[in-house]
Amino acid sequence: MEKLLEVNDLRTYFFTPDKTIPAVDGVSFHINKGETLCIVGESGSGKSVTSLSVMQLVPTPPGKYVSGQILFEGEDILKKTESEMCGIRGNIISMIYQEPMTSLNPVFSIGDQLMETLRIHQKLTKKEAQKKAVHMLSLVGISDPESRMREYPHQLSGGMRQRVMIAMGLSCEPKLLIADEPTTALDVTIQAQILDLMKKLKQELDMTILFITHDLGVVAEMAQRVIVMYGGRVVEEAEVREIFKNPRHPYTLGLLKCIPRMDSRQKLEVIKGMVPSPDQFAKGCRFHPRCPYAKELCTREEPPQQMIGTTRVTCHFPLHTEKEGERNGRQ
Amino acid sequence: MGDSDKKIPLLEVKDLGKDFVSKGSRGKKTVHALNGISFTVYQGETFGLVGESGCGKTTAGRVINCLTKPTRGQVLFEGKDLFQMSKTEMKKARREIQMIFQDPFASLDPRMTIGKIIEEPLVIHRIGSGNERREKVKKMLERVGLQPDYYNRYPHEFSGGQRQRIGIARALILNPKLVICDEPVSALDVSVQSQILNLLDDLQKELGLTYIFIAHGLSVVKHISDRVGVMYLGKMAEVVNAEQLFEKPAHPYTQALLSANPIPDPDFVKQRIILEGDIPSASNPPAGCYFHTRCRYCKQICREKEPPYRQIGDRIVACHFPLE
Repeated sequence: MEKLLEVNDLRTYFFTPDKTIPAVDGVSFHINKGETLCIVGESGSGKSVTSLSVMQLVPTPPGKYVSGQILFEGEDILKKTESEMCGIRGNIISMIYQEPMTSLNPVFSIGDQLMETLRIHQKLTKKEAQKKAVHMLSLVGISDPESRMREYPHQLSGGMRQRVMIAMGLSCEPKLLIADEPTTALDVTIQAQILDLMKKLKQELDMTILFITHDLGVVAEMAQRVIVMYGGRVVEEAEVREIFKNPRHPYTLGLLKCIPRMDSRQKLEVIKGMVPSPDQFAKGCRFHPRCPYAKELCTREEPPQQMIGTTRVTCHFPLHTEKEGERNGRQ
Repeated sequence: MGDSDKKIPLLEVKDLGKDFVSKGSRGKKTVHALNGISFTVYQGETFGLVGESGCGKTTAGRVINCLTKPTRGQVLFEGKDLFQMSKTEMKKARREIQMIFQDPFASLDPRMTIGKIIEEPLVIHRIGSGNERREKVKKMLERVGLQPDYYNRYPHEFSGGQRQRIGIARALILNPKLVICDEPVSALDVSVQSQILNLLDDLQKELGLTYIFIAHGLSVVKHISDRVGVMYLGKMAEVVNAEQLFEKPAHPYTQALLSANPIPDPDFVKQRIILEGDIPSASNPPAGCYFHTRCRYCKQICREKEPPYRQIGDRIVACHFPLE
């Protein structure tokens, strides 16, 4: 399979007068053409900073891309100039943001905002842009698109605004769509509509999606492959089935176990402690203060990456299935 | 009504309605936030309230907590109407009903130490001397899983999960009978969410609390509730015990809500019912059954006549054609 995006050892740090915050610290992953990759993690795990780095939207200063490569179709995005980036953002790589309430400009009509991208990137005339914008709105399932074009963001509901955001993100037919928690702020019924829409559009337009979420239910529905982030690092990368059936990292297992299930009312298992803030990551394995399997080694040394089947896991003592456990002496 | 017959009702909500009137340049506009909801909460149980944003679940919680007056209807707490009480009776009742708020970042005063925040209810109700109060607060801090020497710290020093623990401590310091939890975990990370849910569970068993648990996440509600009320546009669509609700929903809205819930299992194949459109505006609700604009079983009568509340077995459902 062809790799569309390849991120190698990306480090995005934030420098403040009294401390350095390693928000993304050595992240590597790739996305194949036409697949949906989900990044899962709790707040402070670095998933949003990773996606902003791909778009080069991290404010510098205080942020800085300390090292690493972001290869998009073989070219390093981090080496591009700002004006080259302007040609890429919204055109070749586009992004849908988390808050449909705040990411649209309240003083411009929906139509103006949709047409802006088209006029800048595709150099369309006003008439052509208008036609395309109306087409995009109907594509994302907005009824009566001509009259909606003249409306302002406050006249639309949350779900409708997110549809407009998606229309905007897709209007230049980008090769990569980054969706940063696009349904977190929405109700479940509206979330179902939006996820359904994204799946449909992905097939129709043959898109590649980088989907960021903290909801494992959404992951199960959208992803082909998943990366799990914790403390600015990738702890596990696997096929979606493997993540749910054979989680290898104790953190992944913990996340799966602490979701309330619809089918039982047992006491929930918990991951003890709390999500560390990025300036207070632990030494050694960053998960060790919360890990039930932590040993002395984990407090001292950073865990190595290993491959188990198709899964890439960063842990000293990755979990094994029962069969494998007999061989390895632990499960 | 099976088990619930033997139980003692703690709170009875009868035909509760709440309108908000806004006066704009284009005249008066009335938003019917609550449109005659009724339900009973029994002692020691957890009653879940679910629905989409704008369905009135938070307003219901606020009215029950006497934070706002209803336009019509009654709220009976231990048999007495909360809104017919004298001032002294009211003050006593307020001790018994406490609330845990949704946003742990906004519900704690940043300029008070957490000791003072948790102590404040005791000061207001003039309970104990200064030293006794301090002891009580420290014990409560320990009870909710925080260290007692956090007493002099400020809210900004704590994470979301810890702040929610502080919110819980403040709600429980007066030994209330009824605690209204307004989406207490929706602002938290999943790994912390399960800690808070377990804490609420433990506290309920230990102190014999009754909860009204407001949430929009169905899996959370299913996990914690004994009985559940599903709200839509200021009305109750269905009230039933949690098991039955999730096994066999009777209202088409409940069914759609359940099927929209993402299941964390990639092999789970389901027939998803996608609800078309958005929730209608509460200032201009549709005629007949409020849900008919999005209902896939909608018939002529649904557009014209409001469905009555029907009792089917243990459940109450407002639908002309409840699902078998």
